[in-house]
Amino acid sequence: MTQTAMTTKTAPGGLAFMMPVFNIIRFLLRSPTSAFSLVIIGALILLAILAPLLATHDPYLQDLTNVLQPPNGAHIFGTDELGRDIYSRLIYGTRITLTIIGLVTITVGPIGLAVGTAAGYVGGMFDTVLMRITDIFLSFPSLILSLAFVAALGPSLNNAIIAIALTSWPPIARLARAETLTFRSSDYIAAARLQGASPVRIIVHSIVPMCLPSVMIRLTLNMATVILTAAGLGFLGLGAQPPMPEWGAMIATGRRYMLDSWWLVAFPGVAILLVSLAFNLLGDGLRDALDPKQMNRR
Amino acid sequence: MKSVAVTNLSIALGMGANVANILPDLSFEVEKGECFGLIGESGSGKSTVLRCISLLLQHWRGDIAIGGTSLRDLSVIDRCRTVQMVFQDPYGSLHPRHSVRTVLQEPLKIHKLDRRQERMEQALEEVGLPISFLDRFPHQLSGGQRQRVAIARALILEPDILLLDEPTSALDVSVQAEILNLLSDLRRRRGFTYILVSHDLAVVDYMCDRFAVMQAGDIVEVLDRSALVNDSATHPYARELISASVAYDRAS
Repeated sequence: MTQTAMTTKTAPGGLAFMMPVFNIIRFLLRSPTSAFSLVIIGALILLAILAPLLATHDPYLQDLTNVLQPPNGAHIFGTDELGRDIYSRLIYGTRITLTIIGLVTITVGPIGLAVGTAAGYVGGMFDTVLMRITDIFLSFPSLILSLAFVAALGPSLNNAIIAIALTSWPPIARLARAETLTFRSSDYIAAARLQGASPVRIIVHSIVPMCLPSVMIRLTLNMATVILTAAGLGFLGLGAQPPMPEWGAMIATGRRYMLDSWWLVAFPGVAILLVSLAFNLLGDGLRDALDPKQMNRR
Repeated sequence: MKSVAVTNLSIALGMGANVANILPDLSFEVEKGECFGLIGESGSGKSTVLRCISLLLQHWRGDIAIGGTSLRDLSVIDRCRTVQMVFQDPYGSLHPRHSVRTVLQEPLKIHKLDRRQERMEQALEEVGLPISFLDRFPHQLSGGQRQRVAIARALILEPDILLLDEPTSALDVSVQAEILNLLSDLRRRRGFTYILVSHDLAVVDYMCDRFAVMQAGDIVEVLDRSALVNDSATHPYARELISASVAYDRAS
C-alpha cells in the first residue's frame, strides 16, 4: 500500500488520478467471475464502437426474398421475418443498450446521491419529506411504474429512458441516506463543522466520497435491472420503436415465429442474458473490490 | 490569547419523558493562556461541555464568553479561527479517504487563506511530522501520528483556544507521553488557552494549572494543581476521586 502511495505521488496529473481505477481492474481480474463480467462488458463496448465494421449487413435492410432463414454461411444468426440479418441487428442493438444504461446511470446516480445524502445529513422534517417521496416511488413495482410513465409520455426510446430513470433513483437515495446516517455524527464530520464548512461542502467533500463505493456497486447491479426493464418495455412495444434493432423489441416481433424459427428470439435473448449477468457479476466483484477492509489486498 | 467564561450553562438532551438534564447549571472561568482541566467519571458531562463551547451542540442556555465576547455573537468564520478542538479517537477524527494534504487544505480553502503550502508545512513541522506525510492517508499512519495530524488540523487556523477531548486516552502509554509533551510544548511556544477533558489524574497533574472536578453535570470543586500533592480537596466526592486514583497508581 505504501508502495502504491509512492508511485501515485511520483506521477501527478491524469495518470495518478487513474491509479485507483487500474488497481480496481487488476483486483477484478483476479476472480474468474468478475473477470468474465469484465470481458463481456468490454466486448459489449467494443461491439458498440466498431458496429459498422463488424456488421455484415445493414441492420435496417429488408430482403423479402430471404425471410426467416435459419443460421447459415451468409447470415450466421439467420434472418428475421423481413429478411434482415439478425447478427447485424444484434451488433447495432449494443449501441441502444449502452445508451440506455449510460443515460439512466448518469441521471440516477447523482439524483439518488443528492437526495439521499441531503436527507441523511440535514435530517428532521427535510429528511421525512424526502423519504416519504422515495417511499411513494418505491411502493410501485418499477416495471409497472415505468409502464405508466411511458404510457403517459408516449412510447419512444427516450421516454423509456426517462421512465426507467424516474423509477430507479429511490433505492439509490435510500442507500445513500442509510450510509450517511452511519457517519453523520462521526468526529471527522464534527471537525469539518468546526472548521466552518457549510452543509453543502460537508456533503460534497466528506459524505459523498464515503457513500460513493456502495452507490457505485448498487448502480452496477442496477444496470442488469435497467437492461431487463428496457427489454421489457421494448417487448411491450413501449420502448424502442420498430425498426430500431433493440433486443427486447426484436424478441417481441420474433415471438410470432418462435415455434418454427427459434433463432429470432434465441439470439437476442442470449444477448440480454449475457449482458445482464455480466453487470450483476461485475457488481458483485466491485462489492469486494471497493470494500475498505480489502484495501490492503489491492 | 483569550479567556473563556462559562456562566450558567445548561443543556438537556432528548425529548418528552426521556429528557435528560446533562448539564443542570454550570459556571467556570479559564484565564488566558491557562490550561484548565475537567475531570470526572464517565457520563459526568465533561465532553458535553466542550461540545457546547465548540457549538457542536447548539441548543444550550446560559452564556459562554470568549475574550469578553459572547460566543453566539461571533461569526462562524471568527469562531472557527478562535476555537478549535482535538478529538478523543484519532481513528475516527480523520476522514478515511482524505490525505493529510486534503485534511489540512480544507480549512485553508474555507477561510480563503493564502500561502497554503507554507502554512501546511509549518503546521506539520509544529507537530513534529515530516513534510512528506502530506500525501499519506490515515490508514498509513499510526495512532500517534494520526493524533498529530488532528492537532495540526486544529492549529492551522491559528486559534486562541484549543479544546482537548481526552486527546490521549485512545493511545498507547508511550505515545500518550509524546502527545502530552507536544501539547504542553505548543502551549509554551504559542500561548494557547487549553480546556482539557480527561479522566486520568496523572494527565491533569502533568498538563493543567487548575482543574474542576465534575459529578453528574455539576462542578463540585475547582482545585489548583497543588491540591493533588497537598491533598487539599474539601468536597467529599473530589477527595474520593483523587484518593481512588492515587490508590490505583500505587497498585499498578
